[in-house]
Amino acid sequence: MNALKGSLGSRTFFYAGMTLLALVFVLPLLSMVSTSFKTVYESQTSASLLPENPTLENYLPLFTWTGSSPVMRWFFNSVVVSTTATALGVSFAAMAAFALARFSFPGRKIVFGCLVATLFVPGFVFLIPNYITVDSLGLLDTLFALILPGLGGAFGVFFLAGFFLGLPRELEEAASIDGANQWRIFASVMLPQAQGAISTLCVLTFLGAWNDLLWPTYVLFSQENLTLTAGLPLLQSANASNLPLAMAGSVISAVPTLVVFVLAQRKIVESVANVGLKG
Amino acid sequence: MSTATSNVGGPETRLGAARPGGQARPDHVDRPVRRFGWYTPWLFLGPFLVFFVTFVIYPAINGVWISLHNYDYNFDYRPWVGLQNYIDLFTPGSRDFSLWWQSLGNTGVFVLISVVPLIVIPMTMALALNRRFPGRTVFRAIFFMPYVLSVSVIGLLWRYLLDAQAGPVNAILKGIGLAPISWLQTQPAAWVSILVATVWWTIGFNTIVFLAGLQNVPSEHYEAASLDGADRWQQFWHITVPGLRPVIIFIVITTVLASANLFGQPYIMTTGGPANSTRTAIMYIAESGLKQSRMGMAAAMGYLLGLILVIVSIVNFWLTSGGWKRKGSR
Repeated sequence: MNALKGSLGSRTFFYAGMTLLALVFVLPLLSMVSTSFKTVYESQTSASLLPENPTLENYLPLFTWTGSSPVMRWFFNSVVVSTTATALGVSFAAMAAFALARFSFPGRKIVFGCLVATLFVPGFVFLIPNYITVDSLGLLDTLFALILPGLGGAFGVFFLAGFFLGLPRELEEAASIDGANQWRIFASVMLPQAQGAISTLCVLTFLGAWNDLLWPTYVLFSQENLTLTAGLPLLQSANASNLPLAMAGSVISAVPTLVVFVLAQRKIVESVANVGLKG
Repeated sequence: MSTATSNVGGPETRLGAARPGGQARPDHVDRPVRRFGWYTPWLFLGPFLVFFVTFVIYPAINGVWISLHNYDYNFDYRPWVGLQNYIDLFTPGSRDFSLWWQSLGNTGVFVLISVVPLIVIPMTMALALNRRFPGRTVFRAIFFMPYVLSVSVIGLLWRYLLDAQAGPVNAILKGIGLAPISWLQTQPAAWVSILVATVWWTIGFNTIVFLAGLQNVPSEHYEAASLDGADRWQQFWHITVPGLRPVIIFIVITTVLASANLFGQPYIMTTGGPANSTRTAIMYIAESGLKQSRMGMAAAMGYLLGLILVIVSIVNFWLTSGGWKRKGSR
């Protein structure tokens, strides 16, 4: 990585370009926030970045648990689905990855072969058959329909197995001598080593669950069971002329992920870089 | 006894490679073998396998079975039709023929128009970020930020920004004396809108991956090249691009797949319009399978699209890994 060199002029030029580019990313978000505080009338007459008479009238109807757009309920559902899916999905994936990476046993190669084969099957292939499976389990229109299918995804196992394979055997052998059983070796020797890879997987799983649109749109029917991501388009289409309301809903949906991102920015960016290099 | 490095292998260890797991190797005879019952690995695998079999293996097979039936979810009578669903997709005049190929074509249009900007712009941004300057991590974070938003937020936001009457984009156009554009209601503006929203949303991801790849290109190579008198452009083609090859392969394949999966942006921004011109293959599969309950046909379309994407990915791998060069006469 080279330091930025050159004359004062060229450095100024560089910073001006970067700042301009940064504005392209920031201004739409500012415009979203600003519009969410405008009246409908003002939103239609002025695109100014500062609301003239800031109002909370767009947020008030959204802070509700019932009705046709129970946004707080959706928010709650999104939190439940994303955290459960992440906690269970990453735990199961870590256990499976540990088994595949650190044991040799009959059947291991078959399991691994199946995992790798499914990595290449795009998600939409499962759309129709999984809908039928979820229906026959009686789980349509429940949050289980959103949580359970993702727990079978092979990516996390594959990703963590790659990491576990790279750890030295001496680690577990030492613990073995000390009399630790396999669960202890997994939980107190392997997992701490894999902290970085596991937090990467947590971030990706959480974002994936929070942001999924296609699946929840079709397996959930009741207003009160929707997630934020699936509910927002309905909020918009039911109030098509009310742009500030749509922006207020978007702000409510964007705030949690943006806050998490700002807090863990460095970690998240590094996580993504890791995935790319591994792939 | 430094066995750690020789036995375990670096991070490049292939997952499929056999590994002497429980058995002691010659240099380990003096150590106790790690003992476990035959069921121990299966206990660790169990929870995952239950869901893997139920929601991945079983549906992958069941989907084929469904696609071979006239599987209308509203009726109990679901007769076996063999390959008829697949044949219908290739038979002009059948119910789905023109709509299916139109949506597949729409997906193809988006893949074609999106791949170059989604690779060239992040590459340029990564090159700019790959220097040491104050504020670098802040810029990096800002460029990545939209990626953490959901497609619904992206869709609603750009629907507002590009709104024909009240949108800020048209306000700017009017401000500089240009005619406003009906972004989401006319073509080719609708594709431009979906493209811009997608680029704005996902560009940070590819930028970060490129940036990580650039940091693995040894800087001595650049120094050597500039001593040899190579200019910036030559350095880029002869050092940066070859050094980034694995990353480029990854990005080309994943970007094409992501674009081929286009669903949320048109679903929210244009609802497939104008005149179905932005209705994508995925939208059509979901519509015929889940809205109209024609699941046999939808499953067949899913497999056909999947097959097409596998072929496209193989071609992309061959192109980006330089396979075409080896065949040529050099």
